[in-house]
Amino acid sequence: MPVEEGIYGLLAEFNTPQAMVHATEKARDAGFRRMECYTPYPVEEAATALDVHRNRVPLLTLLGGIMGLTTASLMQVWMSQISYNVNIAGRPLFSWPAFIIPAYEWTILFAGLSAAFSMLALNGLPQPYHPVFNAPNFRSGATDDKFFLCLEAIDPRFELEDTRLFLEQFHAVSVVEVDL
Amino acid sequence: MATKPLAHPYRHPVNDPMIDPRTGEFAVIAPGHNYTSVTQKIANIVLTSHTPLGWFFGLIAAGGVASLVVIAVTWLVLRGVGIWGVTIPGAWGFAIINFVWWIGIGHAGTLISAILLLFKQGWRNSINRFAEAMTIFAVVCAGMYPVLHIGRPWLGYWLLPLPNTMNIWPQFRSPLCWDVFAVSTYATISVVFWYIGMVPDFGTLRDKASLPFAKWFYGLLSLGWRGSTRHWMRYETASLLLAGLSTPLVLSVHTVISFDFAVAALPGWHTTVFPPYFVAGAIYSGFAMVLTLAIPIRKFYHMEDLVTLRHLDNMAKVMLGTGLIVAYGYGLEVFMAWYSASHWEWFMMWNRMFGPMGWGYWLLILFNIALPLGTLWWRKLRIQVWYLFTISIVINIGMWFERFVIVVTSLYRDFLPSSWGTYRATKWDYMLYIGTMGLFTTLFLLFVRFAPMIPMSEIKMMLPQTKIDEVSAEDTVNEVA
Repeated sequence: MPVEEGIYGLLAEFNTPQAMVHATEKARDAGFRRMECYTPYPVEEAATALDVHRNRVPLLTLLGGIMGLTTASLMQVWMSQISYNVNIAGRPLFSWPAFIIPAYEWTILFAGLSAAFSMLALNGLPQPYHPVFNAPNFRSGATDDKFFLCLEAIDPRFELEDTRLFLEQFHAVSVVEVDL
Repeated sequence: MATKPLAHPYRHPVNDPMIDPRTGEFAVIAPGHNYTSVTQKIANIVLTSHTPLGWFFGLIAAGGVASLVVIAVTWLVLRGVGIWGVTIPGAWGFAIINFVWWIGIGHAGTLISAILLLFKQGWRNSINRFAEAMTIFAVVCAGMYPVLHIGRPWLGYWLLPLPNTMNIWPQFRSPLCWDVFAVSTYATISVVFWYIGMVPDFGTLRDKASLPFAKWFYGLLSLGWRGSTRHWMRYETASLLLAGLSTPLVLSVHTVISFDFAVAALPGWHTTVFPPYFVAGAIYSGFAMVLTLAIPIRKFYHMEDLVTLRHLDNMAKVMLGTGLIVAYGYGLEVFMAWYSASHWEWFMMWNRMFGPMGWGYWLLILFNIALPLGTLWWRKLRIQVWYLFTISIVINIGMWFERFVIVVTSLYRDFLPSSWGTYRATKWDYMLYIGTMGLFTTLFLLFVRFAPMIPMSEIKMMLPQTKIDEVSAEDTVNEVA
C-alpha cells in the first residue's frame, strides 16, 4: 500500500464549547460540509451545527429486537413441539404463554447487543489509527478539556491558506495542519 | 431579625458552598470544578504510580476471603452437594437464598444507570459507573450458585438450548429455565452497557497515561475513541436505547426470579404480590449495597466533592420508598394468609412468625422495616454518613433474612407433618457465602484501581461551563476579542 501524503485537514483548538460551536456554525454558513468537531463530552449544539442528529442506531436496534423475538419464539416452538416433544401431564405442546418470557428476554438481549454493536460499527470503531491523532495538541486535549473543529481537506471549499485565515478569525487557541 | 448561627452547618444556605442558595438543596457537584480538574481527579486514581497502601491491604484481605470460594467449590466438586445443608424438605438452602440476595443487590446498579437516566436524574452520573460495576460483580457471585447447586457443575451447559447427544432440550415451561434466560441476558446487557459507558473514559486514560503499557492497554480498551461529534451522537442514542432496554430487563429479572417461587403451589411462595415485592426488595438491598461501597470509597479517595451529600440523601430516599413497598409486601403476605381462609397458608404464616425459626422473621422485620423505615424519614439522619453506612449494612442483613425466611420457613414445614424437617446450614455453606463476599470485594477493588470509577465525560456534562446559548456564545467570542 502506498504511503498517503498530504494533509487531512485543519484542526482548530478552542478552550470553550461556545467558541467551537460558534466557529462550526460559521463554517457551515460559509459552505463547509466535510468537517467534524471533537469534544470531551457530547455537545448537542455541535451536532445541531453539523446537522448530524439523526442516525441509524434506533432502526438497527429495532431490527435486532425483532430478530430476537422471532428467534426465541421459533426456537421454543420447534424444540418443544417438533424436535423432541415431551408429553407432560397432557399439557399442550404449543404452550405459548410460557414461551413469552424467554422470548421477551431474547428480544432485549438481541436489541441491546444490536444497539451497542451497531453504534460501534456505524462509528467505524475499533479504529486505532486516525489522522487527527497526528495533530500534536489533539491527544492532550480532545478527551480532557479542549474543543476541536476540523475542516477536512476533501471539502471542495478547502483551500489551505484561505481556510486557515477563516479559522483564525474565531480566535482559536491554535490552528494546525493534520497530516494524513 | 437577628440571624443566629445555626447548630447544623448544612442548614445554612448562605455560608455553605455545598448548598445551592436558590433551591436550598445540596449541590450535586461541589463548586469550583472544571474540565481539567474532573479529568485529573478521576484519572489520577487509575494512572497514579503511588497506589495507596490501604488498597493493597484491602486487596490482600479481600483476596484471602475470596480464596474460601476456591476451597469451598473444590470440596463441593469432589464430594457433591451433600456437603451443604440442603436436604428434603429444605432442598433450597443457602444456594437459592444467596443467589437471590446477590442478584437483588445487582439491581440497584441497573436502576441507577438505566431508570434514573431515563428520568433525567443528573445526580446519578457520579455513582452510576461503580453501581454498574457492583451489578456485574454481584451477578458473578449470584451466577455461581445455581450452577453449583445443579450438582454437576461441569454439565451446566445443559441449561442452555444447545444441541446435545441426548437430543433433548430445556423445558421452556419451567420458571427455572426462564431464570437462565433472564439472568444470562441481564449479565450480558449489564457488561455491554458498562463497557460501552467506559469507552470514552478509556480514551481519556489512554491520552493521559505516561507508561507505555498503560497507553497500549487503555488504547486497546478505548477502541480508538476520539470524541467526534458524529460518534458522540450515535453513542448517546445507543446509551439511551440500552437504558430503555435495561429498564424492562431489570424489572423482568427479579420478576422471573420471583416466579421460581410464585409458580410453585407451596404456601408462602404461591403469592401474586411476589413480582413487585421482589423487585422493590432488590432495589432496596441494591441501594443499601451502593451506600455500603460508596461511603468508604468517597472517604478513601476524597471524592466528597463528586459524590456529595446530595447523592447520599437521594439514595436514602430511594431506600425509604422501596422499603415502604417491601413493608407493604410483608403486610400483604400476612393479610393474604388470613384472607385466603386456607388452613395451610394460615399455618405457614403462624409457623413463620412463631415457629422454631420465628426469630428469623422478627430479625427481618427489625432490620428491614423497624430500623431503616423508622429513621430514614429524618433528613438529619439521611445526611449523617456514619448513620447511613450503618443502616445500609443493617438493610443488607435484613434483606438476606428476607430470602432466608421465604426459602426456608416455607419449605421445612409443608402440608404433611410427617414430612416436616428442619434446615441447618453447614460450614461449607457459610464458607462459600463469606467467600463470595470476598470475591465481590476483590473484583471491586480491582475495578476501582484499574478503571475510571466515576464517568468523566458525564460529570463534565453537568458542569456549568457546558451551558451554550446564542447570547453566551457571542459573549465568549467578544470577550476573547
